Amino acid sequence: MKRFLIPLFLFLALVVFLAIGLQRDPREIPSPLIDKPAPAFSLPTLNPATGPFSPADMKGRVWLLNVWATWCVACRQEHPLLVDFAQRHQVPIVGMSYKEIQPQDAQAQNMDASAKLQFARERSQVWLSRYGNPYELSVMDIDGRVGILYGVYGVPETYVIDQLGVIRYKAVGEVTPDILASKVLPLVQKLNAS
Amino acid sequence: MLAEIGHFALILALLVALVQATLPLLGAWRGQLAWQGLARPVALTQFALVALSFAALTGCFVLNDFSVLYVAQHSNTLLPTVYRVAAVWGGHEGSLLLWVLMLALWTAAVAAFSVSLPQAMVARVVGVLGVLSVGFLTFILSLSNPFERLLPAAADGRDLNPLLQDPGLVIHPPMLYMGYVGFSVAFAFAIAALMAGRLDAAWARWSRPWTVVAWLFMTFGIGLGSWWAYYELGWGGWWFWDPVENASLMPWLVGTALIHSLMASDKRGNFKAWTVLLSISAFSLSLLGTFLVRSGVLTSVHAFASDPKRGVFILMFLALVVGFSLTLYAWRMPKVRMGQAVSPLSRETLLLANSVLLVVACAAVLLGTLYPLVIDALNLGKLSVGPPYFNAVFVPLMVPLLVIMVPGTVVRWRESHWGELLLRLRWVALAALAVGLAAPAVVGEWSIGAALGFGLSAWVVLGSLQHMWLRWQQPGHIGTAYWGMQCAHMGLAVVVAGITGVKSFEVERDVRMGVGDVVTIEPYAFRLQGMQEVKGPNYRAVRADVEVLKNGQPIERLYPEKRRYFSTAMPMTEAAIDSGWMRDLYVSLGDPLDGPIPQWSMRVYYKPFVPWIWAGVLLMVLGGVLATVDRRYRAASARAPAMPAGASPQGGA
Repeated sequence: MKRFLIPLFLFLALVVFLAIGLQRDPREIPSPLIDKPAPAFSLPTLNPATGPFSPADMKGRVWLLNVWATWCVACRQEHPLLVDFAQRHQVPIVGMSYKEIQPQDAQAQNMDASAKLQFARERSQVWLSRYGNPYELSVMDIDGRVGILYGVYGVPETYVIDQLGVIRYKAVGEVTPDILASKVLPLVQKLNAS
Repeated sequence: MLAEIGHFALILALLVALVQATLPLLGAWRGQLAWQGLARPVALTQFALVALSFAALTGCFVLNDFSVLYVAQHSNTLLPTVYRVAAVWGGHEGSLLLWVLMLALWTAAVAAFSVSLPQAMVARVVGVLGVLSVGFLTFILSLSNPFERLLPAAADGRDLNPLLQDPGLVIHPPMLYMGYVGFSVAFAFAIAALMAGRLDAAWARWSRPWTVVAWLFMTFGIGLGSWWAYYELGWGGWWFWDPVENASLMPWLVGTALIHSLMASDKRGNFKAWTVLLSISAFSLSLLGTFLVRSGVLTSVHAFASDPKRGVFILMFLALVVGFSLTLYAWRMPKVRMGQAVSPLSRETLLLANSVLLVVACAAVLLGTLYPLVIDALNLGKLSVGPPYFNAVFVPLMVPLLVIMVPGTVVRWRESHWGELLLRLRWVALAALAVGLAAPAVVGEWSIGAALGFGLSAWVVLGSLQHMWLRWQQPGHIGTAYWGMQCAHMGLAVVVAGITGVKSFEVERDVRMGVGDVVTIEPYAFRLQGMQEVKGPNYRAVRADVEVLKNGQPIERLYPEKRRYFSTAMPMTEAAIDSGWMRDLYVSLGDPLDGPIPQWSMRVYYKPFVPWIWAGVLLMVLGGVLATVDRRYRAASARAPAMPAGASPQGGA
């Protein structure tokens, strides 16, 4: 009798693991940057009148870094949430426009760097005035080099960075009301209280 | 209107399935002949209703009814009609409906072709299949309804994923599902036999042809999927050890083991417990595959966006069906009389070794597929298991499998002698050794891997040829099943040679090219002649014109494309392939590159032996067909009920 029960027990063990696996999100990948200082950079901002921005400018404040682009469909879906969040809470959000110029933008391919920046700024401005601007400011990462430092692989991405410039949380893909309410906001409040 | 008809037919199908899942089983248990007799008509009715429902959904697609949510999500007015039909199974809900349609089709086939079976047996088998049907129909109607309305209707649909707009993908899912679901028949036969408490040779004999049919569809389906990935994904790979590929490979491996084990149970009455376990496992792995694909528990290119409730439902269904089956197995098997002891060198032993190797290979794949999930569940971190693991465990298991394939067809049942075997196979072995030593050097560079692959392949092919030659000279009728077996064995050998060839000798060049540039892979040269814009029915593409020269002589023009479908921003690669008997020349077009002169990234690949992989798969499928049409199965199953268990005469191979 006993040896004929072995397959059943193996199967039951498998079911337990599958049941636990079902509670997890396979796309949720911890970033190696969690609890590490946010990589330093200096990038021009969307507004040509202000100078370049670097994360050090935010020292002493808890802030969100949101990676976005006008070509990114998920960003448009996420955007109203961010606009709403920015209105309701005193949390600065810094945008990072990521690789705004894509291979399909044929007219921009042969431009020089400053013309590209100009092109990207104009299109981003139009987009933000249409969908609302939740950002305290937005930096322009046209060639995506800063994105590489941050390990950006799915736009949008959202980071929570604390007073000392340490990354405390990262969400890949669009944030949901649930992520904002259950992860981001409590974390920001906790960090602000400390 | 059409959607409501389809929805209603599906509800009726569920009601009929409820009858199918209860009365025939109760009838078989209580000895009620009238209830048992319900099995056939009910199975046919259920099939008719599901087919009607499926036809209604197809109608919604063909007529562009975008007031049906599922149609709006997976079709588009610009989509050519053939892809609109294929779009029926382009998403989660429709794939499940296809699944249920296949299940109903198999059940109807069992009902129609089982005239010679005892009525109680038919009632049990159809009843078990009815239980499966109830589960899946409930799932579709409650959590995955393809007929849900979208009001107000969408002006146009979102379009079928461009990756799926391809002839290979039109037939890949139906073939694969035929295979997946086909293992349900062997499963139902095993459960029915366990319920009846009679695991006689007749049970094994009835299961055999059904298992072979399911296996041949699955083989074809997997082959098609691999072929599609090769030419459609644009980077020349044909197997990725992706979780969903593994989900189809696992039941295939166990199904192959089952075919061989059933033979020993049928002919000699041996390994019954093992064969029953394999019958249950093959279908359980099909269900597990469905769970892995549908629940989104693993990330994969195939995974559809998922709803957590769906995963919970399938997991519960899986737990119930497999849990019940294995409990029944543990309860009933100890009472079954085991077969006689077998000697170490006999066909029984080699068949057992074959199925054990296949099952171990399956376990290794299962482990690799689920390992990331287990590690995550134990909070030990996140990781992924890639091709290096699978190659490292799979190859060493395939080597002994190929080695024993030849003696496995030569040795006698019950007992054989080493001396006799060695005497018979000595020239085959020497010739295979010679091929292994020489072939890699002839084709390219000598390496141990290539020598092993080509040598084993030659071993199997030469062994089969010798066997056929000797058999041909003997008197007596030779059934098609015999040719089928040899054909399938040689097919596998051809696949092995193909894989060995491409892995050992492929040349891949990822280059940047402008118009007029030449890439050389001796003796071929590829010259980019020009680029042009072309317009398809629902896409716009950039097409490269590549001239291929061999030793300086033009032999072929290839036109790889980069397509941009109107409905999605995602660019698609259409590789251009020049196929020959011995090699493929593969060119795929990448993105335009920055620079003073226009240039594109291009992949130019020389892929020797790749066509052998598909040719071998087709040989295996042909082998399955030959085995299925053998008269022996029909004659035997007609005779079987009258015969006492274990007293079957030996016929054919």
